[in-house]
Amino acid sequence: MTATDLYQRDRTRHPPALAPDYKTSVARSPRLPLLSLQTSASELTGPTFGHNDIAALDNDLIRNYAHGGTPIGERIIVHGRVLDENARPVPHTLVEIWQANAGGRYRHKKDSYLAPIDPNFGGCGRTLTDENGYYVFRTIKPGAYPWRNWVNNWRPAHIHVSVFGTAFAQRLITQMYFEGDPLIAKCPIVQTIPDPRAIDQLVAALDMNASVPLDAIAYKFDIVLRGTRSTYFENRPEGN
Amino acid sequence: MAQPLPYLKESPSQTAGPYVHIGLAPGDAGFDIYAQELGRDIAGPNAAGTPITVTGTVTDGTGAAVKDVLIEVWQANAAGIYPGAGKVEEGFRGWGRVVPDFDTGQFRFDTVKPGPVMGRNARPMAPHLNLWLVARGLNIGLNTRMYFGDEAAANAADPVLNLIEQTHRRATLIARADGSTYHFDIRLQGEAETVFFDV
Ligand SMILES: [Fe+3]
Repeated sequence: MTATDLYQRDRTRHPPALAPDYKTSVARSPRLPLLSLQTSASELTGPTFGHNDIAALDNDLIRNYAHGGTPIGERIIVHGRVLDENARPVPHTLVEIWQANAGGRYRHKKDSYLAPIDPNFGGCGRTLTDENGYYVFRTIKPGAYPWRNWVNNWRPAHIHVSVFGTAFAQRLITQMYFEGDPLIAKCPIVQTIPDPRAIDQLVAALDMNASVPLDAIAYKFDIVLRGTRSTYFENRPEGN
Repeated sequence: MAQPLPYLKESPSQTAGPYVHIGLAPGDAGFDIYAQELGRDIAGPNAAGTPITVTGTVTDGTGAAVKDVLIEVWQANAAGIYPGAGKVEEGFRGWGRVVPDFDTGQFRFDTVKPGPVMGRNARPMAPHLNLWLVARGLNIGLNTRMYFGDEAAANAADPVLNLIEQTHRRATLIARADGSTYHFDIRLQGEAETVFFDV
């Protein structure tokens, strides 16, 4: 028989749990090694979502929380594909994003930054990839904001991204940055990623071809999930 | 130099940050935006099996509650079937999102008790919930499982619990049963650190 399995996660591309320059990680990082599991049905299955779960406007952050006006800020399009490590598109998978407004303020009861809330901007969106793994959001470019780590740390403009894939073990949350932002190199959260090539993978490229003239400028951001493969004789006795 | 391989690399993880609720549970962030928030009902209205409640707290290495954590739950139904892998009850999603009380850090959710699931090499796994934790300060989501304290025989035979070399640490994955309520605390670090998985 055959079953689907996943390529092992390459932990050298990911940030370590403990990254002392990102201070919050110090008390929240497990100190003992992770237990390596061969995947079973518990990891290889995962939730699925359909068009009944979301609304047509959910991927348009310019309109999905507009209360009689339009949000302030640079109008942008963020688009790309969700792929796996075999470069195969991941179709019909849920992509969710959240972000600060143009002033760098989140609509969250715990955010007290002095930049104002935008009455017409919620700051979250979601969509399903199409059959080619393609997704698109329209939004406002988020502002940089200060955060308490070192006393003068600023987050580069970023959009938080959550993706599912087909297996629960493909679940991924990451952040998208913008090409050319000088704060990327100075951010302790970005720099938790030890491999500079891996950081580059989180920087969306300015995409003039996908921009809408006189309306919105585009950034292209592909997301790669762990690769799946077929394995044979999944139920063979141990040791064979 | 050998020929290059054609594979892409997985996008690196970044922390979900303190405002993860805006994206994944905006009602908890303090505003209504979606007609329907996802992950609010794990088992749905038609699920067979025993309704249960799970409560607990996630704590950091100092013993403080991690109040901004978000936990995703993935489970089989009472017959041990995952959605997508076989037929399950209408409305049984098997997946949900859990956000603790921002003041106390205590979480609580309702579902049905899952059945045993067939594991690798035809070895059954004891009933369990798969949990994935994200939060500020977690650079990559943490995978763990919650097993049930009233399933001693099945737990003793479970192939995953048996992989834990330090046998006393197995208890960190087993929830204390109190009738139909199960108490499950997760410790990110320190004494009795929960066993987390590289899956
Ligand atoms: Fe942020």
